[in-house]
Amino acid sequence: MDFSSLNAVAMIVLLIGAATPILLAAIGELVVEKSGVLNLGVEGMMIIGAVTGFIAATTTGSPMLGFVGGAIGGAVVSMLFAFLTQYLLSNQVATGLALTMFGLGMAALIGRNYNGIKPPRAERLDVPGLSDFPILGELLFSHDPIIYFSIVLVFAVWWFLNRSRAGLVLRACGENHDAAHSLGYNVQLIRFGAIMFGGACAGLGGAYVSLIRVPQWTEGMTAGVGWIALAIVVFASWKPWRVILGAYMFGGITILQLSLQALGISISGAYLSMTPYVVTIVVLVIMSADRKRASLNAPACLGRSFHASH
Amino acid sequence: MKFTKTLAAAAAMGFALAGAATAGSHGGPVKAGFIYVGPIGDLGWTWTHDQGRLAVEAEFGDAVETSYVESVPEGADAERVMTQMARSGVDIIFTTSFGYMDPTINVAENFPDVAFEHATGYKRSENVSTYSARFYEGRHVIGLVAGAMTETNKIGYIASFPIPEVVRGINAAYLAAKSVNPDVEFKIVWVYTWFDPGKEADAANALIEQGVDVIMQHTDSPAAMTIAEEKGVFAFGQASDMSSFGPNAQLSGVLDVWGPYYVERVRAVMDGTWESTDTWHGIGDGMVGIAPFSDKIPADVQAMAQAATDALAAGTLHPFTGPINKQDGSVWLADGEIADDGTLAGLNFYVEGIDGELPN
Repeated sequence: MDFSSLNAVAMIVLLIGAATPILLAAIGELVVEKSGVLNLGVEGMMIIGAVTGFIAATTTGSPMLGFVGGAIGGAVVSMLFAFLTQYLLSNQVATGLALTMFGLGMAALIGRNYNGIKPPRAERLDVPGLSDFPILGELLFSHDPIIYFSIVLVFAVWWFLNRSRAGLVLRACGENHDAAHSLGYNVQLIRFGAIMFGGACAGLGGAYVSLIRVPQWTEGMTAGVGWIALAIVVFASWKPWRVILGAYMFGGITILQLSLQALGISISGAYLSMTPYVVTIVVLVIMSADRKRASLNAPACLGRSFHASH
Repeated sequence: MKFTKTLAAAAAMGFALAGAATAGSHGGPVKAGFIYVGPIGDLGWTWTHDQGRLAVEAEFGDAVETSYVESVPEGADAERVMTQMARSGVDIIFTTSFGYMDPTINVAENFPDVAFEHATGYKRSENVSTYSARFYEGRHVIGLVAGAMTETNKIGYIASFPIPEVVRGINAAYLAAKSVNPDVEFKIVWVYTWFDPGKEADAANALIEQGVDVIMQHTDSPAAMTIAEEKGVFAFGQASDMSSFGPNAQLSGVLDVWGPYYVERVRAVMDGTWESTDTWHGIGDGMVGIAPFSDKIPADVQAMAQAATDALAAGTLHPFTGPINKQDGSVWLADGEIADDGTLAGLNFYVEGIDGELPN
């Protein structure tokens, strides 16, 4: 079999495009879960971000404002979840699922008149000299700005959670909300903020799908990326760096199997198609094999409602 | 994902039923239900079925009441949605995806008074009809265009699931392309989904990366068309005219036209003449349409494609006319022999010249 026509650099560029929406949504959800909240509505927030981002970009003509619009859309819809779960103490799992359904329907409704429109194109980075450098230039200096932003965001989240006092407080809410409350921290407000951050990240990821990965608006176009993002958070055992690893691995295997098929490799497409999921499951099994360690990683108050009764 | 889709479908059913349950099934308007595999807004397969539903409403006005459920997963979930729909007093149910075949048969057994119409399948019973369009006729036409237009001699094909319907399309397009361009090569990517714009876009990118300059698809969203437009290659509309997504990229397209059939079948229910039938209509009967040819296609190629379209409509041309060998080199059709419908309905092999292994 001739692999020479398989352009590794082009594949990596595609891989990054496929992985970035997952990465953005997953890093947001990681912060939410670190604060002790399980928001299963990632898919719903992403699709809202995809449509609001698309509308913002086409009406203003600016792709950057589109991304801002996507993030705002995701954050606004996540406030619904935050209000219901934090102040009305509704069940987080049920509310999250409802948020997904609500998001899918709502996005279809507000996106009705935006079919078949072309969004403005986000400019790719073009550093004179560097971007034209063979291989490395294409690999490192020729992407759209959101890709760099997503990497910086992961670093910022890592720094915030592990090196800042505010991050420590947020983690305290996730590990033991009663203790955080007794120290005088407003657990509900902190979680409200974390949920909005998660919503903004998911919305940004959604906008990435509708503005860059598939520059168009189609109903239901995120097609399950939000659920992958949720799995990646567990896969990463709530560690920001591993979210990058997980998202890029999932995106990488997806692209690899499509490229191998395009190349005409005679492995059955069915096997190639299932590999991203199989690998994710295998890694999850390996990581959770040691039950003690796995439970150490998960925030202790994950999914539990907090009610200040005293 | 499947779980929420189920919930979404259940929620949608709840709304549909709330409206439908009040009117009785006798004496009142005839009720027609539709089950869709994707969202209406896919602008492809499901959208065209919904256009058919709207045609029924336009034809009969108040004498008919239609309802639909979108994004119903194929398999066991579909059975539940159909059961609920049948229970609500619907007279005729159109199940519009291949994967609804067994669920349709199972549910129809429990509701002998309800007429079922299953699209693209091959299992029938007393109260289950099947209907499909001879999309391979359309694929023949766009195959001719693709073969004439490719400069790299590489045509990309984004395929969904390895079912006869899709395999037929690949074979028909390949044979047509090959007939006008002996050097043509097909690169086929199976994405195992009907609707996932992200994955369809990735597949299009991967194909273009391999030097493909014309893309065909058997998936439902316009994602590949958008990518083709962006990368400056050609593509064909799928199910509906997708030129708004690729004004420069779209060469033509295979259009699904369900309206007339749906109107005819609902009328049969009204008249009490409905019975189980097997319908397979093509360009001649108007169930398959060809989107307008792009002005990027040279006049002689347009004339050739138009001539083929007319011949297909008139029945003087059949895309599967021998001599045709199977992929392994054995004879499928002798010289002048025409494939019978039974063989075509269960087609599960590539024809000679296509690279790669057909997944099971």
